[in-house]
Amino acid sequence: MNTSEISDPFKKARIENGCGHIEDQNDPATMVLRLKDVRKCAHNWKTFQSGAEPGRIVIPSEVAIRTTRQIPFEVDPPEHKGYRDLVEPWFKRPLDPTYQEKLKVIIDTIIDEVLTKESIEVVGDLSLKLQSRALTLLLNTPFEESERWISWGTHVFRSEDSSLDGDKANILYDYIDEEIDKAIANPGCDLYSVLLASEVNGKKMTKEEVKGVMILTFAGGRDTVINALTNSVAYFAEHPESIQQIKENPEITGKAVEELIRYFSPLTQMGRVATQDATVCEHAVKADTRISLCWASANRDETVFENPNEVVLDRKLNPHIAFGFGTHNCLGATHARQIMNIFLTTIAQKVASIDILEAEENIEDLGDFKRKVGYDSLTVKFNAH
Amino acid sequence: MAKITFITSDNERIELEATSGSVMQLAVDNGVQGIDGDCGGVCSCATCHVHVLPEHVAKTGEASEIENDMLELDDNVSEYSRLCCQLEVSEALDGVVLQVAK
Repeated sequence: MNTSEISDPFKKARIENGCGHIEDQNDPATMVLRLKDVRKCAHNWKTFQSGAEPGRIVIPSEVAIRTTRQIPFEVDPPEHKGYRDLVEPWFKRPLDPTYQEKLKVIIDTIIDEVLTKESIEVVGDLSLKLQSRALTLLLNTPFEESERWISWGTHVFRSEDSSLDGDKANILYDYIDEEIDKAIANPGCDLYSVLLASEVNGKKMTKEEVKGVMILTFAGGRDTVINALTNSVAYFAEHPESIQQIKENPEITGKAVEELIRYFSPLTQMGRVATQDATVCEHAVKADTRISLCWASANRDETVFENPNEVVLDRKLNPHIAFGFGTHNCLGATHARQIMNIFLTTIAQKVASIDILEAEENIEDLGDFKRKVGYDSLTVKFNAH
Repeated sequence: MAKITFITSDNERIELEATSGSVMQLAVDNGVQGIDGDCGGVCSCATCHVHVLPEHVAKTGEASEIENDMLELDDNVSEYSRLCCQLEVSEALDGVVLQVAK
């Protein structure tokens, strides 16, 4: 059985070269593949900047479909700090037990529902729903808003036909504009209102800046969380003993979350733009060209991880960088970790086994490499105890 | 039973006692400011960085290569830096004093 396997297409290039190459809309990128190199480049924000033209550090580039700068993601220090310090406490709210209880209700409801069905399509019936409903907690918006987000489909930028869909992105941007206007007219306790009432670096947050934070929040946590959940279902379907292991040893749940996230690496890579001529792993990188920090490759680095291609649920030393590294590490990581933690706990409590009925893999085309990142669809049956 | 003392960046002195578990977990459970332990203790997030007071380094021993690689890129690193998720509570740690880096 290997439906749930996520292979490592970078191994040969990582060992032999340390770098790969990806073409992307006439703006190619040098892919950095080894963990230590990725960390060093992520740390070096002066040479490898995020504050380039909006959309350019994303691969595939969103320059053609987005002008709004995502915040704090596409801002570098020192300005970055003011924005990050503003949003950080809000994005740490998932550590609050009340937040966790609400998240547990959302997850319990979904698992209870899928257990009654003969078969479900995990991406649409479970992962997208769970991600969207959980997002209402993160934004502190009414639960009903999730219905609209669910109707958008799995990726706000990606459609069936092309990896970059400007029309679909506009749905999100128009929606966020509307919500910002609503929050201006009727301020509440949601993230929009909190941001609109805030000052950063001595200046009131503008509508455009608020929009930048909101786009990041919607886009960054959408298909990443969906893939993490769907891939977990596939993994547990093929490893019922792992469900049992977590059930019998609930104290390993946190380690299991980190290990699954390392193994899945739901975000394959993130770009940076070189501000000067530089060298990465003995490869020349010219000023104003892009590098990619390939988290997915780094997380299988055989010089760091023992048995990198195996899921070892209670892996003790796990210095993965699936949530990035350094200044720009994932703002949504606390929320994502809580979702995964409660999801694993709930599966261990309620689910005996899962049968895979049909699976269609989602393969990213990365130039030199093809990488499975999740599923376009995954049909399964959940079996209760 | 080991007594472990944290000094936060606000110079607050917090003395705790424990018999097992990681020093990071002890700090998180007791709300020590500056110790977040985001990754739960698998050496992935570097949010549990402490400086061991020099007179106590014999108690903690040395960091592993993986831990050192994490610390190397931290802004506030010193030769006394440790990620306290990698410090297991034991009698050997009794009396140790840790300055929280963040």
